Amino acid sequence: MAKQRNDYENSWFPRLQRWIAQGGTRLSDQMTEELSEASDAHRVLSAEDVARREVEQAVHQLEIQEHEAALYERAHQWGRTKGAKLIRAFYAVLAVLMCVSVIAVLLTTVSNLPSFGGENNPINNEVSQRYIEKGLQETGAVNIVAGMILDYRAFDTLGESHVLFIAACAVMILLRLSDSGDPRQLSRERMEAEANDRLYEPKNDIILQRVAGILVPIIMLFGVYVLFNGHLGPGGGFSGGAVIGAGLILYLNAYGFAATERFFTIKTFRAVSFIALAFYALAKSYSFFCGANHLNSGIGLGTPGDIFSSGLILYLNIAVGMVVACTMYAFYTLFRKGDM
Amino acid sequence: MQLWQNLPFAMILLPLASASLTSILKGKAARRAALTVITLVTLMAAALVIFMQGYGQSYTFMMGHFPAPWGNEIRAGMLEAVTALCFALVMLFSVMGGLRDIEHDILPDRQNLYFVMCELTTAALMAQVFTNDVFTGYVFLEIMTIAACALISARTKGRTLVAATRYMIMNLVGSGLFLLGLTLLYDLTGHLLMSNIQEKIIALSATGKYQQPLTMVIALVTIGLGIKSALFPFHTWVPDAYSSSTPTSSAILSSLISKGYIFLLIKFYYRVFGLREVVNAQVEDVLLVFGAAGAVIGSVLAIRQLDIRRMIAYSSVAQIGYIYMAIGLGTQSGMTAALFQLMAHAICKSLLFIATGGLCAASGEKRGFTSLRGAAYRNPVAGAAFVVGAFSMIGIPFLSGFVVKLAYAEAAVLWGGPRMITVLAVLAISTMLNAIYFGRTVVTLFRLSEEKIAQQQKWHSGPCFAVACAALSLLTFALGLAADPVLAAIRSGLEMFS
Repeated sequence: MAKQRNDYENSWFPRLQRWIAQGGTRLSDQMTEELSEASDAHRVLSAEDVARREVEQAVHQLEIQEHEAALYERAHQWGRTKGAKLIRAFYAVLAVLMCVSVIAVLLTTVSNLPSFGGENNPINNEVSQRYIEKGLQETGAVNIVAGMILDYRAFDTLGESHVLFIAACAVMILLRLSDSGDPRQLSRERMEAEANDRLYEPKNDIILQRVAGILVPIIMLFGVYVLFNGHLGPGGGFSGGAVIGAGLILYLNAYGFAATERFFTIKTFRAVSFIALAFYALAKSYSFFCGANHLNSGIGLGTPGDIFSSGLILYLNIAVGMVVACTMYAFYTLFRKGDM
Repeated sequence: MQLWQNLPFAMILLPLASASLTSILKGKAARRAALTVITLVTLMAAALVIFMQGYGQSYTFMMGHFPAPWGNEIRAGMLEAVTALCFALVMLFSVMGGLRDIEHDILPDRQNLYFVMCELTTAALMAQVFTNDVFTGYVFLEIMTIAACALISARTKGRTLVAATRYMIMNLVGSGLFLLGLTLLYDLTGHLLMSNIQEKIIALSATGKYQQPLTMVIALVTIGLGIKSALFPFHTWVPDAYSSSTPTSSAILSSLISKGYIFLLIKFYYRVFGLREVVNAQVEDVLLVFGAAGAVIGSVLAIRQLDIRRMIAYSSVAQIGYIYMAIGLGTQSGMTAALFQLMAHAICKSLLFIATGGLCAASGEKRGFTSLRGAAYRNPVAGAAFVVGAFSMIGIPFLSGFVVKLAYAEAAVLWGGPRMITVLAVLAISTMLNAIYFGRTVVTLFRLSEEKIAQQQKWHSGPCFAVACAALSLLTFALGLAADPVLAAIRSGLEMFS
């Protein structure tokens, strides 16, 4: 049975009606009342009362503050000692669990893969077959790998060489000392870098210089050989460039910046990487354009085995090699003293 | 082969080739070169959209003299064309709108390198959009990752180094997982070309061989790209990276680079694995859950921020969650909604970041809400642009955000069941949360007593800024008012996709 109510006058709807009929409660009305009350109360209080109250309030405030400080200290103490340990342990356990489970899942996956080197594996299909059987004939490169990366899949390699270039640019943004900032600031940074250099790097080491004097020409020659031989045997732009870059770094270590700055500054870096990359991009654009539109590019393949053969591969190898060598050397000098 | 079919090729190669040229130019000339190149790419994208409409089907383009499984190949369809146009437009106006801040934030002798990064990002985005080869996708993803680090750390003030380091660590984990997935995929199928992989995968699932590694591949690719595009539990690098860099960088990072990864993921789902395989692997369910969680938690975190840039960064987390939620529906209409949101959010977020750059510049380079009080009176252009962006984020009608929410609701209702309830609930909650924090920001920007309004010093961010703000606002309106052609283009593009 529903409860019957007989106090309809006091239920919410009539009350709302009455409130609206009165014109509602204005915010301003309340405020003035409170203000006037407060001011009345103030007038009644004597000066002593006021002073006493203030003292009481101040004491109370102080107590609260002390209490809060103690609480805070305790909470902080917990966070510093037990809490931190707990969280660290929790994270460590979670991280280990995570790693172990990922390792387990990946190992299961690997065990379910086609067995390594199997004859009927999916990777032994028409793609690799054509690379192996027709690679020489179609690209003119005795080294199949060179034919693959610089002719069949040259677009990917174009992207790869730009990865190197963009990495060098990113390091320059990060580490290069600014040229046109405050000159005093710049000279201070320079001096710090020089001081670091003198402290940590070898300077006029006679053994190093003698060994480098013999080794650097050989390394350079070998690098050039690897570069120029990329389409004929193992090697190519990336490896040859790395060898030349290593030779440059060794030379710099032995003879210092004064020796290398005679032929390699930031301007050289910019010019060489611009020429190499622009040549690569333009040559390959032309070749892509001709290939896609079924035009004859007019680039002959030459006699396989000759040094000047296999179309663009030799020149692209040289371009890639220059970019790689410059990038390696630039990384080293930028990390060492923030300039070239 | 018609001549216009070379457009995608030119759109990738032009910014790539001009990057090395820009690196030897000085600041001003580099800026001009970059703007010219990006404008040209935009025009080419627009031309491609027009030609595609007449052509009505997708085509492949041989990169070199060798046909597809042996050589590289790119592919263009309606969806690729529209996405490329959207990306190019956003790129152009992000760079234009942030020019003053670039000059202010970046040391003069490094500005040319900054524009090199912009150009290479453009090239990489175009390559991601048009690639038909998984490894090409990886190479250009690598370029985008490094460019993004440089874009963050180009500004020398603030927490940029910490942000860039954090960004790099998280993103390299993502790249690593993605590459691992690709290696396994190559081992299973023996191909790198998308269409050939799909053929092989269909054959594999018919025979039932290698199903566990295949699921693993789908998971690895999804997690890798998810980390890189700041899917919810992996979003920790976002706030620092987006808030401490220069506005153009924030705009490029949040509205282009993360979107490029998502587009690549959708491409993988459609063109590599096939949508059915992905749904069978139940990766979609995981994406739905994390996307929904991200949409809500990102917004909640955004409410707590006191720094306007960090707030927008967290709002990005929420919006990325939105995209993944729609992908998680696993239906054609869900994908359409996700792709529309991808474009709408790309435009809207760059508008917000650019406008915020103007507002902060007018308030003495401060980003706290207390310093920004009344900033809209100091920089009216930026204020108006911010209002447009904020309202679109909330989902006010006539703006792109509204159409996004409509498309989401439609996709959810078509599916029905618990997924519908999840999506609708997330839509309702996140709209409310968006209204709270964007509404609060708009009120803050305009709250000033009348006497003070007259006293405010006017700040002019220059004509480029005004043009960029106006263009991005117009695009937001255009997507809201005339969404149907874009939605139709996305639908027809998705049909060409598979």
